[in-house]
Amino acid sequence: MLMRLIPVFKGFDFFPHDLNLPFMKVKGPALALSIIAMVVSIGLIGIKGLNYGVDFKGGSLIELKTKSGNADISALREKLNSIGVGSVQIQEFGSPDDVLVRLEEQPGGEAEQQAALKKVVDATSETYVERRVEVVGPAVSSELRMTSFIAVAAGILAIVAYVWFRFEWQFALGAVLALSHDVIVTVGIFALFQFEFDLSTVAALLTILGYSVNDTVVVSDRIRENLRKFKKMELNQLLNLSINETLSRTILTGMTALAVLISLYVFGGEVIRNFNLAMLLGVVIGTYSSIFIAAPLLGYLGVKRDWSDLAAKAVATSKTKAKA
Amino acid sequence: MLHFTRWKIIATLLTCLAGLLVALPNFFSKETVQSWPSFMPKQQLTLGLDLQGGAHLLLAMDQDEIKKDWINNLRDEARKELRDAKIGFTGIGTQGLTQLVVKLAKPEEQAAALKALNKVRQPIGNALLGAGAYDVEVSSGTEPGTIVIKESDQGLRQRVANAASASIETINRRVNNLGTSESTIVRQGADRILIQFPGLKDTTDLKKLIGETAKLTFHEVHPSMSGDEAKMTKVPTGFKIYPGDKGESSGEYLLREQPVVQGADLADAQPGFDSRNGEPVINFRFNQIGARKFANFTKDHVGRPFAIVLDDKVLSAPVIREPILGGSGQISGSFTVEGTNTLAVQLRSGSLPTKLTIVEERTVGPSLGADSISAGKLAGVVGGIAVVILTILYYGTFGIFACVGLLVHLILTVALMTMIGAVLTLPGIAGLVLGVAMAVDANVLIYERIREELRLGKMPVSAIDAGFQRAYVTILDSQLTTLACAIIMFWLGSGPIRGFAVTLTIGILTSIFASVTVVRLLISYWLKAQPKGRAIYVPV
Repeated sequence: MLMRLIPVFKGFDFFPHDLNLPFMKVKGPALALSIIAMVVSIGLIGIKGLNYGVDFKGGSLIELKTKSGNADISALREKLNSIGVGSVQIQEFGSPDDVLVRLEEQPGGEAEQQAALKKVVDATSETYVERRVEVVGPAVSSELRMTSFIAVAAGILAIVAYVWFRFEWQFALGAVLALSHDVIVTVGIFALFQFEFDLSTVAALLTILGYSVNDTVVVSDRIRENLRKFKKMELNQLLNLSINETLSRTILTGMTALAVLISLYVFGGEVIRNFNLAMLLGVVIGTYSSIFIAAPLLGYLGVKRDWSDLAAKAVATSKTKAKA
Repeated sequence: MLHFTRWKIIATLLTCLAGLLVALPNFFSKETVQSWPSFMPKQQLTLGLDLQGGAHLLLAMDQDEIKKDWINNLRDEARKELRDAKIGFTGIGTQGLTQLVVKLAKPEEQAAALKALNKVRQPIGNALLGAGAYDVEVSSGTEPGTIVIKESDQGLRQRVANAASASIETINRRVNNLGTSESTIVRQGADRILIQFPGLKDTTDLKKLIGETAKLTFHEVHPSMSGDEAKMTKVPTGFKIYPGDKGESSGEYLLREQPVVQGADLADAQPGFDSRNGEPVINFRFNQIGARKFANFTKDHVGRPFAIVLDDKVLSAPVIREPILGGSGQISGSFTVEGTNTLAVQLRSGSLPTKLTIVEERTVGPSLGADSISAGKLAGVVGGIAVVILTILYYGTFGIFACVGLLVHLILTVALMTMIGAVLTLPGIAGLVLGVAMAVDANVLIYERIREELRLGKMPVSAIDAGFQRAYVTILDSQLTTLACAIIMFWLGSGPIRGFAVTLTIGILTSIFASVTVVRLLISYWLKAQPKGRAIYVPV
């Protein structure tokens, strides 16, 4: 009954399905471009370095809000430069009455960080209220750097192992290259623009891994299916077909993800802006890599053409299922 | 794929209903929820520190100090055992922080000494390892007439674990005095303690309370030699030089290292004022054992000074005018009123086994927390609406079904999080919203497939059926790989990021049910409701 009330209308399928873009024709230049991007990114990370946040660099971050009126940043800077806590970085944060104060890691160990924080709080308590304090000591910051690196590497390895298990080593190699590309280029962009790199950025990197491999797996699944369907088709042609067939899905899912991320970026507040920025970059880069790296690489590596054994098994199981 | 057995339909509907019931309290205020009838679930999601405001402090224990205390105790015990057994020794030296070397006066007493020293070993209480494991190993040294007492790794681990649990208890007693809401204090890793204090606005008091070990001891002062003299000549055995509490100017004291009475023997400590000059002081009272020890000591030492030592610094060294038999007294120093308040709390709750240093602090003020909640809500609503519009625009009626699936997905995710007591953080909200975008991917995969099958000229029902069937494997594959990332993130996780990983994981688990099963059920109902005998028009 209820179902009759729901309006019946077709969606607006704006995607041109007969496009058949020649992705495989540009696989050489695309791969070269990706490798250049990776090399440049590594160079940037090496030369410019990353703008580590307190999580990784150690030190303190103090968000202050004025008790009334707008913040006078130059007066604040003058004051904090005189209390002997080393170099102080001050910036407006989101609104004119909100400032972010960063202290470098103080020499001398864990207790010195707290002492410096106290100095800043004492110096500002007349005109400002603390909204947020983050102090990370030397021991913890080096641990966090280590675990973050391990986490990203473990993330890539876990995914590659899964792809290898589900597909073939060529797919796994494509995935590992695509994923490394996503991570390295995203981090490279962070180095280029000196965006702050902290724990939330690492969380974003891990999410990007998940998202990018999602795309890669969808394309790989289609490739495998087509390998069974078109046993005689030339490999490059088959890969191209598979990418094109899944293109509408890749684009649409990318669009919904971007819609959500842009909304989070614009309205989600300053605190997670950095996370959202990394995610936005990653979704775009991840989509690119699934289309232009993971699948085209198979064209170079070649792939097992005879999936009949597996195919036969699959058919058999689906038949028994149907009977049951 | 489109056929549902009766029990499966019931199970699906029941799951959705149960999810809705469990998730429901989260959409109302606490007061409203309390007024609901008793059969309704009332549990709400716990907000993370970044959303409700509060303090997160990670403290590190000083392992070297634990080792030092241990080795000192061990040396005292070894000395006592050898004396009790009447075995002469020329010295007990420490080697590093893990080893004692005993030099015997007569090498032929080796066997007897070994037997006596074996008494200092403490069995390690581990039912799995069984008997035979001790915290230290006692063995003959390489040179004749020496015995080596070596601490084992297990022994050290147990020491550190004991120190951690003792610290946690002490901190618990101390912070109870702050009178704020529930705090969690847990051990993290080998030698760290994590304190989470929701709703705490100012961490100054908290830091003060945990900043001192507050080890109070009463010592005998050397009858004839001053600290400065001892420094110049030689510190007599059993004595040690202690600094005064006001740095260089207050001089140094030569005190017997073994205290007469320790803080553990205190029954009570209260802040007060000196009746003569009105200065802030601490009034204390010993328990029975402490009172007896102190009475005996003061009886024997009338006319001589004794020292009150806090955290290895001498607060004062008054002269004993008459035996103190009542077991109570007064500590004066250059205290402030605030200082005596804090110190009294610290003394009452016992001393910390080791000094704790803050290695990580994250504090969020309540106003920022509230701002973050409203920002998260707004971003979530706008992002959600964008997804709904896109989906319905692109997929028509089936898009509406997908959105119903998304709603179920969201409700179930919130319900599961409430059930397992997960904490909602700001990145968690992002994870929730992102989860919606990823859940819709399952529907995109299915619907694109259906369209493809239709383009290939399949009949509507079989195209829909094939769409679900073919897309299912892909959905499973892609969700499992994302799951791997989420689990790694949880393992890496500290605080907010862990919150993100939890929501992402739960989101993946529920999305298969919500975006595949529920949507499939809706579509199968819709197909049944279509007029018979006419060609079905697939609104996708």
